[in-house]
Amino acid sequence: MKFKIIAVLLSFIGIMAYSCQSEEKIEFMRYYSSGQELYKSHCQNCHGQNGEGLAALIPPLTDAAYLKQNRSQLACYVKNGLKLPILVNGKAYNGQMPPATLAPVEIAQVLTYVQNSFGNKAGLHNVDQVNTELGKCE
Amino acid sequence: MRLFNISIIGLLFLVACGNNKSADKTLPIYGEREPVTKTIDGKTVTDTVYHTIPEFKFVNQYGAEVTEKSLDNDIYVADFFFTTCPSICPIMHRNMLTVYQEFKNTPDVKILSHTIDPNHDSVAVLKKYADNLGITGNSWWFLQGPKETTYKLAESYLVSVAEDKNAAGGLVHAGYFILVDKQKRIRGTYDGTKPEDTQKLIADIKTLQAEYKNNKTI
Repeated sequence: MKFKIIAVLLSFIGIMAYSCQSEEKIEFMRYYSSGQELYKSHCQNCHGQNGEGLAALIPPLTDAAYLKQNRSQLACYVKNGLKLPILVNGKAYNGQMPPATLAPVEIAQVLTYVQNSFGNKAGLHNVDQVNTELGKCE
Repeated sequence: MRLFNISIIGLLFLVACGNNKSADKTLPIYGEREPVTKTIDGKTVTDTVYHTIPEFKFVNQYGAEVTEKSLDNDIYVADFFFTTCPSICPIMHRNMLTVYQEFKNTPDVKILSHTIDPNHDSVAVLKKYADNLGITGNSWWFLQGPKETTYKLAESYLVSVAEDKNAAGGLVHAGYFILVDKQKRIRGTYDGTKPEDTQKLIADIKTLQAEYKNNKTI
């Protein structure tokens, strides 16, 4: 009898853990697929279908180290644009990126897409994180 | 579904290759035309006069003067852009870069990119843009001149895409590539924002080269 209760409890915990995990996964997928559409309409013309950029004019989005180092600044870059010269994949880019007219949740979606495409794998960048980061833009 | 897509693409390639192989293929000549009747050696001859690109004078990224005479023996592709354009220009020049790579060692094929923002796009700015794009030599010129002159020339280039005349921002902003032959006649217009149109442009340039090689276009 005791054994049966433990088994039921264990399987219950197991199901809960599983459903939590898949909910997280579903949230990630929701961000990712919305981000993909936003990327196409707001970013792809310049950064390219595969995040390859354009020669020495437009930086690629394939530098995982850059994205990781600047993760907390990315939302500000998307919202306000970027003027300073930056170093991506060891190459300097001096142009400027125009600001994008995106809501915080859309910024979170597109950042999730970019940080998990083109060889990047940085996981979910959710809207709460984006809101905090936007509050600290320089 | 995927297999179906691949087979469609394969079929398109087959069709495209089939077209390339036919040596008799010629490109259409666009723009208005009028018959001109002349009397030569007592005989009446009717000739067709085609729309041609008028005279022009601009400065390229090296600071050198470029006129229509600089292109007397060239097939060329023209487009209109500005260096700070955030929307369609990067994608156009990503596509144009494939045309450049294909023909950069072919002396009679050139590319002309006219800036429509000459106030910002000085010769120095255009040179820097060309450098950043990785352009060397004289097969791709970035041309600067008075805005009105550029717009007037654009009208002459874009007569063959007249159906889009009311498009937002005007035709100059529509991202067209225009193919011009050695007689300065328009032989094709392509949507410069589409990779597949760019492939067609490359194929058409080869067709045009073959026309000259076979002496069919006089």
